[in-house]
Amino acid sequence: MALPLKYNIRNVLVRWRSTVTTVLGIALVVAVYVLMQAMAAGIEKSGANTGSPDNLILVRKGSTSESSSLVTREQLRSLVYSPEIARNTAGEPLVTADVLVLLNLPRRDGAGEANVTLRGVSPRGREMRGQVRLMEGRWFEPGHREVVVSQRLAARFAGFELGGTFKSGPATYRVVGHSDCGKSAFDSEIWMDVDEVCAIFDREQYSSFLVRPTNPAAATNLMQRLDLDKRLQLQARVESQYYSEQTGTAKPIQWLGNFLAVSMSVGAIFAAMNTMYAAIGSRTREIGTLRVLGFRRRTVVASFLLEGAFLASLGGILGSLLSLVMNGYAVGTLNFATFSESVFEFRITPYLMLKGVIFSIVVGLVGSLLPAVRASRLPVISALKSL
Amino acid sequence: MPVQTVAEHTSSSAPGDAAGPIVSVRGLTKIYRQGDINVTALDNVTLDIQVGEFLVLMGPSGSGKSTLLHLIAGIDRPTSGELRVQGIDISRLSESQLADWRNQNVGFVFQSFNLVPVLTAFENVELPLLLTRLGRKERRRLVTTALDLVGLGDRQHHLPKQMSGGQEQRVAIARALVTDPSLVVADEPTGNLDSHSAQEALGILQSLSRDHGKTVIMVTHDPKAAAFGSRQVHLEKGELTA
Repeated sequence: MALPLKYNIRNVLVRWRSTVTTVLGIALVVAVYVLMQAMAAGIEKSGANTGSPDNLILVRKGSTSESSSLVTREQLRSLVYSPEIARNTAGEPLVTADVLVLLNLPRRDGAGEANVTLRGVSPRGREMRGQVRLMEGRWFEPGHREVVVSQRLAARFAGFELGGTFKSGPATYRVVGHSDCGKSAFDSEIWMDVDEVCAIFDREQYSSFLVRPTNPAAATNLMQRLDLDKRLQLQARVESQYYSEQTGTAKPIQWLGNFLAVSMSVGAIFAAMNTMYAAIGSRTREIGTLRVLGFRRRTVVASFLLEGAFLASLGGILGSLLSLVMNGYAVGTLNFATFSESVFEFRITPYLMLKGVIFSIVVGLVGSLLPAVRASRLPVISALKSL
Repeated sequence: MPVQTVAEHTSSSAPGDAAGPIVSVRGLTKIYRQGDINVTALDNVTLDIQVGEFLVLMGPSGSGKSTLLHLIAGIDRPTSGELRVQGIDISRLSESQLADWRNQNVGFVFQSFNLVPVLTAFENVELPLLLTRLGRKERRRLVTTALDLVGLGDRQHHLPKQMSGGQEQRVAIARALVTDPSLVVADEPTGNLDSHSAQEALGILQSLSRDHGKTVIMVTHDPKAAAFGSRQVHLEKGELTA
């Protein structure tokens, strides 16, 4: 039978000074680990929130993203009257063309500049993206250099307040509205009338088309037809799936998070090991007594492993709770698919917190292993004679 | 099953046989290696201890009395010779079998009490019972009985640091008794006690032998403590002298 759990818990609490030091060290490592994972989760969530499964996005064959795609007005004309495409109540086909341009803009806090995506959209394009809602002000008007920016972006860039202006390249833009894009990738974009964008940047071609097929079968049919059509040179993807795949940005952050966590956990393991060696050093006679009373070596090992795991789990719980402070905090990072700033929220989920605690328990177990084995191998008689 | 495993090593003489000794030592030798030098701690010791005896091992420091006690209690192994306790050749038991055997057959009392500081008197006494299959209720009954026996029934929830040295040693005696062992070994049990507490502790050990038929083996330097025993054995330089 194992030693009672209260034996380990009370020992951890009795030596509270070393416990606090170790717990804080492990808490810091776990907080970093959880935050990095939360960052990746936020980016993934932002991608997964974007677009509709009812729409198809069309880019040039071979392009990996809208920003590297060019599609022509001729292609648009060929597409408009396809039988697979649905129509609105006015009987007009639900097809639109977007233009994407990168603007280099100063941050609101003066901390340098960043690329922001300017999306040129038509009224039909707005109609097809129901998740983008105007929260204040009004929509931009064709023929004017007016833009609508997301509320999240407005907090991050200079001149993005309602009625504010900013200059980039040949033009000065006026912010006439703020939108809420449902925590999607559109929250990282500036929207403007598509023809105005083409005029400012002298663009003859669009970046992508968005179409709404009449039903899923029509969508499949259209995708297959475009795939086989050598003349149009277009490839179609389900819009929501496309944006979800564009969040490859999360991967390097996850790797960085894991790398940081592993590097820092080495330090935490040594901290736990040091604490457990000290604990065993001060309890040598106690261990000898337990052995004399009939507790086996493996019971002693299990007991000290449990104690290390308990100690580290306190750090894990504290670290996870500390990371909660950042839950919902919006930050921006470079999206490697679009080379523009991508705004997202830290998403600290119960699953991530559980991962953090499990991570800390692993740190505790690894850190306690050698001290526990040493404790079990103490010669009983010399352990009894220890002071 | 620890009991069955131990039984495999049992000789023809039945445990508790009134005619035979509970401890039978024949030509027992213990040699320690200290660097390149062999140190003989016990040299060809032969001794029988009868059931219910209160044997006192005396002798100067380094005479081998504690070594003999450790060997009889199964916490050390002899270099040569035969050592049977209740008919079992304990030197042939494996590490795990020996741990089980100690738990079931031997109660320990140490000079420094060796209580676990973070556990209460009740929890300290309960420790050896955690290795048995007894239920919680039965454990509680046995622990309460043992603590009552040493006069500490009202101190069950006190931590060792909240008790006097004498009380701590009485808790240690209760821990030694709680599994109802046939053998109680005590290594300088009064070494850290004042004379009043020492008298109390020795009185309990004497009563265990005299009134409850337990075999008690005690190591001491103190002739006054030795007077509580029913027999004294002297060792010098690893050999029995009387």
